[in-house]
Amino acid sequence: MPTRIKIEDGGYMAPSEDPFTYVADDQDLVQGDLILSLTRFQAEGDRLLSEGRAVGVRLRSDEEVEVLAYDLPRIAVVALEFPKFRDGRPYSNARILRERYGYKGEVRAVGDVLREQAGFMLRCGFDAFEPADGSGAQQWQAATQRFRHVYQRAADGREPAFVERER
Amino acid sequence: MYRYDTIDKAFVADRAAEFREQVGRRLAGEITEDQFKPIRLLNGLYLQLHAYMLRIAIPYGTLTSKKLRKLAWIAKTYDQGYGHFTTRTNLQLHWIKLADAPDILQHLAEVEMHSMQTSGNTIRNVTADPYAGATADELDDPRVWAEAIRQWSTLHPEFSFLPRKFKIAVTAAAKDRAATRVYDIGLAMRRARTGELGFEVMVGGGLGRTPYLGPTIRQFLPSRHLLSYLEAIVRVYNRHGRRDNIWKARIKVLVASLGAEEFARQVEAEWAKGEPERADLPDTELARIRAAFTPAFEVLPARSEALERAKAADPAFARFLRHNVHPHKAPGYAIVDVSLKTPGETPGDMSSAQMEVVADLAERYSLDEVRVNYQQNLLLPHVRLDDLPAVHAALAAAGLATPNIDLVSDIIACPGLDYCALANARAIPVAQHIAKRFADPERAELIGELKIKISGCINACGHHHVGHIGILGVDKKGEEFYQVTLGGSGEEDAALGQMLGPALPADKVTDAIEQMVEVYLRERKSGERFLDTFRRTGVAPFKEAVYADAH
Repeated sequence: MPTRIKIEDGGYMAPSEDPFTYVADDQDLVQGDLILSLTRFQAEGDRLLSEGRAVGVRLRSDEEVEVLAYDLPRIAVVALEFPKFRDGRPYSNARILRERYGYKGEVRAVGDVLREQAGFMLRCGFDAFEPADGSGAQQWQAATQRFRHVYQRAADGREPAFVERER
Repeated sequence: MYRYDTIDKAFVADRAAEFREQVGRRLAGEITEDQFKPIRLLNGLYLQLHAYMLRIAIPYGTLTSKKLRKLAWIAKTYDQGYGHFTTRTNLQLHWIKLADAPDILQHLAEVEMHSMQTSGNTIRNVTADPYAGATADELDDPRVWAEAIRQWSTLHPEFSFLPRKFKIAVTAAAKDRAATRVYDIGLAMRRARTGELGFEVMVGGGLGRTPYLGPTIRQFLPSRHLLSYLEAIVRVYNRHGRRDNIWKARIKVLVASLGAEEFARQVEAEWAKGEPERADLPDTELARIRAAFTPAFEVLPARSEALERAKAADPAFARFLRHNVHPHKAPGYAIVDVSLKTPGETPGDMSSAQMEVVADLAERYSLDEVRVNYQQNLLLPHVRLDDLPAVHAALAAAGLATPNIDLVSDIIACPGLDYCALANARAIPVAQHIAKRFADPERAELIGELKIKISGCINACGHHHVGHIGILGVDKKGEEFYQVTLGGSGEEDAALGQMLGPALPADKVTDAIEQMVEVYLRERKSGERFLDTFRRTGVAPFKEAVYADAH
């Protein structure tokens, strides 16, 4: 099982036990909290939620978060999949989740997740990561702290340069 | 000229430190070349045929003497004593050692420069009208907006992994010196009837394998909303641009397949959902940037007696004035083109010694500014008329005063197969051969404006599609052949060139150019440039002349 790095209170990153099990479409359901594909969530989500489980949805990079708009309040995790690190679509999905829908649940980066992308991911609103390059929480944290300043507003609430300059 | 504040300085310093750590991991063998590749490509470092190539960003083509001197020093210290200016106004060093790259980035950071986003599928270095701040025909200094775009696009967290590279050009003048119709986004400033300034927004232009002129998706965007609107455009592209086929991944293909109207509708819908004030710069920040672009011109008479005397005495200087010197908005000043197209030399190449000469001239005579334009020449934008004879003499002594701007030997050429791993054919020797054939300045002047552009492969870095004469290198069973197109333009009368006929072998190219020039001289009517004559007569007489032997 991949390690999950999660942002704790105060922005500190730590490895944390993952209460969720990702169940692929061709696998049988298991007990406990689950992450499912969009299709499976749409078919079985209502029932699983009514059993009192926490349920997350894993979106492929060609699926757009707009499809989840009405379900977001009851979804615990949105896992956004990077089929290749080069596929930049999950960054847009993450920002829309946070900035447009005000989603407060976990937004998790899964797939080809590399520490060189950590800073971008954090800025776009991801707060949980399953690194594919073996990097640990400490390296991950370091990778997100390389730049003292940023030039744009994004989903992380950091002040962009043009706001810093007004102070 | 914009100067970095403490925030900008910290940013490039952090970037240099990050890259040093990454190169360290690579040199220590902790990561493979495959893993390192995406990292170096975020810093403009390519692995080419013979060595690493470092592409250094020159935002909106503007340099100071200090920056140019540093580039000269870097080229001398870490490369072979010269650099290559590109059609994107960047500087390429072609003989770099990986172990030196972190030091080079640190030296660049010291003079407020970097190589971020000169490669990779990111928003690339932004370009602008090279006459910005010096020409009378502009509504505003486009560099104010280009600098805003530079900052906004730098390590943009959402847009660092686009389907493909992404280039933005800005002009604020009616005459398009920034080739805005062939950019992913071209921005041309307009004034509304109310007096308000805004941008005409063109999206989906580009050259390469499938050339397009970018359609206008919005006639007038109030300038204060520039960044939020760009964010909407790039988001639509990031989400919907094709990622399955590298040849169809540029935004031009998305715009063409949706149609400009539908693409515009999607952008407007996205823009309407956002909160523009989150991305748009506050007026205070725009004012801060603007203040950096207001040079202090002296009040001078419009006519210089010293200049008139020198012109009458020296025909070579008079010729230089005719071709390389352009009117300035401030009386008593002129814009001076520095030609990097001496016949026989490599277009766009400049030695460290030459860079130092131009840096000195800029400091002494041009309010400390130098510009790079997409024709691969430099400019001294603010030279007093009284100083033109001295500037000309110094340029001539350094081999930089060839009076050929926009003439037949002012050829754009990409590095081609001499350096580039993507090329199918050489471009530089073809340019050199043509330029030498037309080296006689009298003859070049008689021919007048004629823009030849050469690319060594279909990626079109040499802009061949928009050359009055375009030349594209192709590989035919291991031999270099060249396809010729006619009638292209990258300016306000933008057009893509039409095919002349079957590709020509390398040794026939210069002859063909000469034959076409003869047709033009025979057919032209009073006042017509080569392009005008071609547009009137069509391809037939040119084709007939070039392929006569074949019949």
